[in-house]
Amino acid sequence: MKHEIVEKNVGLLAVLILVVISFGGMAEVVPLFFQKQTTEPVEGLEPLSALELEGRDIYRREGCVGCHSQMVRPFRAETERYGHYSVAGESVYDHNFLWGSKRTGPDLARVGGRYSDDWHRAHMYNPRDVVPESIMPAYPWLFENTLDGQATPAKMRALRTLGVPYTDEQIDGATQAVRGEQEITALIAYLQQLGTVLEGTR
Amino acid sequence: MNYLWNDSLSSFWSAWVIVITLGSIGFAFWLLYANRRTDKTPDAEGNVETTGHAADGIEEYDNPLPRWWFQLYVATVVFALGYLVLYPGLGNFAGVLGWTQEGQWEEEVAEAEERFTPIFAQYEEIPVPDLAEDQEAMRVAERIYLNNCAVCHGSNARGGYGFPDLTDEDWLYGGEPEALLATLHQGRNGLMPSWQQLGENNIENLTQHVLALSDLEHEAERAEQGAAVYASVCAACHMPDGTGNQALGAPNLTNDTWLYQAPGQSVADSVRQTLRNGRNGHMPAQAAYIGEERVHLVAAYVYSLRLQD
Repeated sequence: MKHEIVEKNVGLLAVLILVVISFGGMAEVVPLFFQKQTTEPVEGLEPLSALELEGRDIYRREGCVGCHSQMVRPFRAETERYGHYSVAGESVYDHNFLWGSKRTGPDLARVGGRYSDDWHRAHMYNPRDVVPESIMPAYPWLFENTLDGQATPAKMRALRTLGVPYTDEQIDGATQAVRGEQEITALIAYLQQLGTVLEGTR
Repeated sequence: MNYLWNDSLSSFWSAWVIVITLGSIGFAFWLLYANRRTDKTPDAEGNVETTGHAADGIEEYDNPLPRWWFQLYVATVVFALGYLVLYPGLGNFAGVLGWTQEGQWEEEVAEAEERFTPIFAQYEEIPVPDLAEDQEAMRVAERIYLNNCAVCHGSNARGGYGFPDLTDEDWLYGGEPEALLATLHQGRNGLMPSWQQLGENNIENLTQHVLALSDLEHEAERAEQGAAVYASVCAACHMPDGTGNQALGAPNLTNDTWLYQAPGQSVADSVRQTLRNGRNGHMPAQAAYIGEERVHLVAAYVYSLRLQD
């Protein structure tokens, strides 16, 4: 085939480029959609509660993922510091994934239970109060804003269509469960459950 | 616990991966190989015919690929094939080296265990007070402390607002080796209930009484009125004389040490706030994070703080 034919037909060129660049994804990504290891939850994994779910949205809103990863890689240096390496089955109810790719701050995949709620409150209000050398921004408005929970059931229903097993009771009670709670409370509820499903993680 | 399914690809997906991987390599190699020569040979004077494509008077040659470049490309293909033989890459074929990322991690961990376990085991046999005098052990322990405990208790172990000072003589749950080990192993959950239901007047009286217990400036009349409420409500945990109870983690109220005095806050305001809202201090159990043997070292480190200066 003359490369002229390809070079002078933009439509054909585009199609062929798409074919070529899709090879990597087809070989490396597509088969994972059909594997238990990536599609089945680990034993004991529960969907996030209404409050934790709102906390997760605050985590996303504030861009925490920009500086904190949630992915402990299987290296000793990481498992010593953070605990057991992350496994795919822990993330099957996550939409979207918040694995992140940048560690300006530490990894948070197993931060749940590591520090007290009080510590998280103090730290989020002003990180320098507990970690003098911290460069993390302060998030004082999380202590002023409260949740109304109007959208919580809709979020849970949307997640249910993606395969997260929320029950009708959970969805019906969602607004009630979060209404009036401070945003910081929701965020800490989310953080305190991170990575707690795998036991004996050391 | 089942979190890693030994879940190889089905034979369809295995074949799928193999075909795409080898197909891509084969195709790319064929493409280069097929284009390695040009059919436009130079004429007698060495002029080469161009492709006939011209833009702004610049014509395009159709020369073969430089040999060094072509050979480099062949080398990458050879490397790719060698890699796929040695390492997992082709569907369910595990590679002749049998490498896995979990396996590599386990190896790393085993290597470190072999090196460090005897050291920690040796330290674990030494009682906490003696270990606290061992300079070398304390250098190890300090690193563990800084990595795991300093986040709350501070790098100088002086604590902060809501986080106990480990260098003073005031211990919520006791500062003896057994108490330190128990704190590190099981964690601690402080539970000071809210006494809002007593009403603001009683809270104020109690506040003045608590100030009096620590010999701070107070309103004598109110403190006296507070004494009766104290005896019925607070004395069960904080003891009638206010010296607290380490078995419950009820703080000593007589030594003028105030865990929850926020920066810039008066002692009276801090006590009022505690009485109104309660406090729920929480020390997470550490053994699950740092392991038994390091817990022993950290206990010794905390014990050693009182030996300094």
